[in-house]
Amino acid sequence: MRRTRAAAAGAVTVSLMTLVTACGGGSSTSGGSNDSPKTLTYWASNQGASIEVDKRVLQPELDKFEKQTGIKVKVEVVPWSDLLNRILTATTSGQGPDVLNIGNTWSASLQATGALLPWNAKNFAAIGGKDRFVDSALGSTGAQGQDPAAVPLYSMSYALYYNKQIFADAGITKPPATWDELVADGRKIQAKGKSALGAEGANLSENIHHVFVFAKQHGGDFFTPDGKPDFANDNVVAAVKQYVDLMAKDKVIPTGDAEYAQNQSVSDFAKGKQAMLLWQSASANLKSQGMSEDKYGIAPVPVQSGTPGAGTQVNSAVMGINLAVFKNTDNIDGAKKFVKFMTGDAEQKILNTAYSSIPPVKTVQGESVFSSGANAVLKDTLATSAAALPQVADESQFETAVGTAVKDLFADAAAGRAVTTESVKAALEKAQQQMPTK
Amino acid sequence: MTTTAPAEAAVGETPSGAAHPHPRRPGRIRRIGLPYLLLLPALLLELLVHLVPMVIGIVMSFKELTQFYIRDWGTAPWSGLDNYKVSVDFDAPVGEALLHSFLVTVAFTLLSVGLCWLIGTAAAVYLQDTFRGRGLLRALFLIPYALPVYAAVITWVFMFQHDNGLVNHVLHDQLHLTDKPSFWLIGDNSFYALLTVSVWKGWPFAFLIVMAGLQNIPGELYEAAALDGAGMWQQIRRITLPSLRPVNQVLLLVLFLWTFNDFNTPFVLFGRSAPEAADLISVHIYQASFVTWNFGTGSAMSVLLLLFLLVVTGVYLLLTSRGRKPAHG
Repeated sequence: MRRTRAAAAGAVTVSLMTLVTACGGGSSTSGGSNDSPKTLTYWASNQGASIEVDKRVLQPELDKFEKQTGIKVKVEVVPWSDLLNRILTATTSGQGPDVLNIGNTWSASLQATGALLPWNAKNFAAIGGKDRFVDSALGSTGAQGQDPAAVPLYSMSYALYYNKQIFADAGITKPPATWDELVADGRKIQAKGKSALGAEGANLSENIHHVFVFAKQHGGDFFTPDGKPDFANDNVVAAVKQYVDLMAKDKVIPTGDAEYAQNQSVSDFAKGKQAMLLWQSASANLKSQGMSEDKYGIAPVPVQSGTPGAGTQVNSAVMGINLAVFKNTDNIDGAKKFVKFMTGDAEQKILNTAYSSIPPVKTVQGESVFSSGANAVLKDTLATSAAALPQVADESQFETAVGTAVKDLFADAAAGRAVTTESVKAALEKAQQQMPTK
Repeated sequence: MTTTAPAEAAVGETPSGAAHPHPRRPGRIRRIGLPYLLLLPALLLELLVHLVPMVIGIVMSFKELTQFYIRDWGTAPWSGLDNYKVSVDFDAPVGEALLHSFLVTVAFTLLSVGLCWLIGTAAAVYLQDTFRGRGLLRALFLIPYALPVYAAVITWVFMFQHDNGLVNHVLHDQLHLTDKPSFWLIGDNSFYALLTVSVWKGWPFAFLIVMAGLQNIPGELYEAAALDGAGMWQQIRRITLPSLRPVNQVLLLVLFLWTFNDFNTPFVLFGRSAPEAADLISVHIYQASFVTWNFGTGSAMSVLLLLFLLVVTGVYLLLTSRGRKPAHG
């Protein structure tokens, strides 16, 4: 019996130690290997109207890659709501994909985990060189002074989408160029019984993108130059208040939008219920909801005065998707080949056309398909008046903390509670206090 | 078995020990070792599924674990009691938010468990009598419990929508009970939205358990009480509730633990950032760990929550076992 007990205890101890060792170690490999040269796993972010749409877009291209290289790519399209947690889990366990899409605003945060392959000169050389990519897109690939943690894949920027018929019915002949004009136009539109401007008040990321741009227009920043949170400075407070005031004071954003978080404002626009929408690369989404391109116009996001440009005339964040490689991949050469393929001229044209985004590759960006219609505005914005979100390790936490503060302010506005400079400052101070201090 | 085994062991052993194998030894080992052997898989799984993660969680709570160390968390520097100090410093933002979340959770749990028990008991008592359609009603009552949580809660999300939701349509458009359509998924009303879904989802379980408990109360008790002139309310108070006491003790404890730890309902209802009024502790800890990537602090909060639940459960079991007669008393 003593022996049985000892055996049982031994088995338990061994299994315990095995598990603890497995859990505790994470991944210790640092440069990847070529143990599985014939396969790759790829986590693609959900770019199209649905996961099925993405699979239909990507699979023919992956088949093409397999034909060229003999490497089979197993793709999984991951919804945005799951992507960050999935990446984090993969980082912890070391059991992630070989190649993955990341939101470009997460680049510095994920870079800090040390799980992504750094794109040094040698790695860039393997995919054709760093110079192939436009500077604005490279600005959102990791912290300054470090090798990028990812490579730009799709670029996007915000624009003002407006319903031509509703504008005509309200007697408006051109889209608003400033916020004052937008508010004035909004009143004319509301007088005709339509909703003026859509927003996603409960969507933390959307909130961040907009208040970031407003902050730039007020000459403010959410972080100090050395990367410390500075959420409640006067310029940022004024910026956040101006954005929330579009609902609270100017009343051009309907109060119902305060609880929108699932792209309902895009649906409202597509259904013709609402005249304006601030969105990034919405064409494919609008088309999938039955709104043809001739029904709407696209213009730069308004600024405080004058025309969009650098500095306080910034009117969009540099949005987009980056392609990263997990450092502990079992097919490092294949992963680089895949990145080279996806960022190659031919694929860039196909994929960015399918997703109505702008190629971050210089040679492709110049093609006529990306220089006409809606794409011209997006491209021009990226080139002249878009700024990268803070490339700091705490960017992900910043999105949550400040995004939640703006969500709560919208909730106040919707409930009819006053949104004052003091209440905005208090909300932002609270958000800053929730940031990690270590 | 425990009384016979030593005697058998004494009979089976010889002074010379291993000089020659005892003919009864294999059977004895099998008899004594078998239960342990059969328990081994369960023991191993229990270790792997509960104890090991718990130990890892406790270790993490003493570490400065952020995104900088998540890839190889074993190398994260020790932070001593820092994570615990931050969590219970109620004058500082992290502790203040945790305390707020804890108080919201306590209020939510007490209300939800109370209402679940009340509605479940009332429904079970009502369905105790035989009448036409009783089976159908029983089945209908159990639907919320049988539905997958995600599907059920997401349906409530649609119903709570400000502009197109059924709740505002009924309360505002049809019954004219509110001046204007209310917001249920943001702001202060979110607490009531959460409570509604929780009670809707939870009371059928109380109904099921109480109904099972009622089956064990002899009908003669009610007949005798009726003969003595006891009305329905007196029968409930004097017979039903005291007879249900052991069932209710377990039921309330289980409901309390489930509701206090409920993550699915608030997460599906509000997403990763719940409104302040409905900031339940489970989502709060999730946010501390997986949204703000403060895994050390999140682990410390989890350990504190575990300790709280252990204390509450211990006190509850102590109180409810007091006065209970031993089985062979």
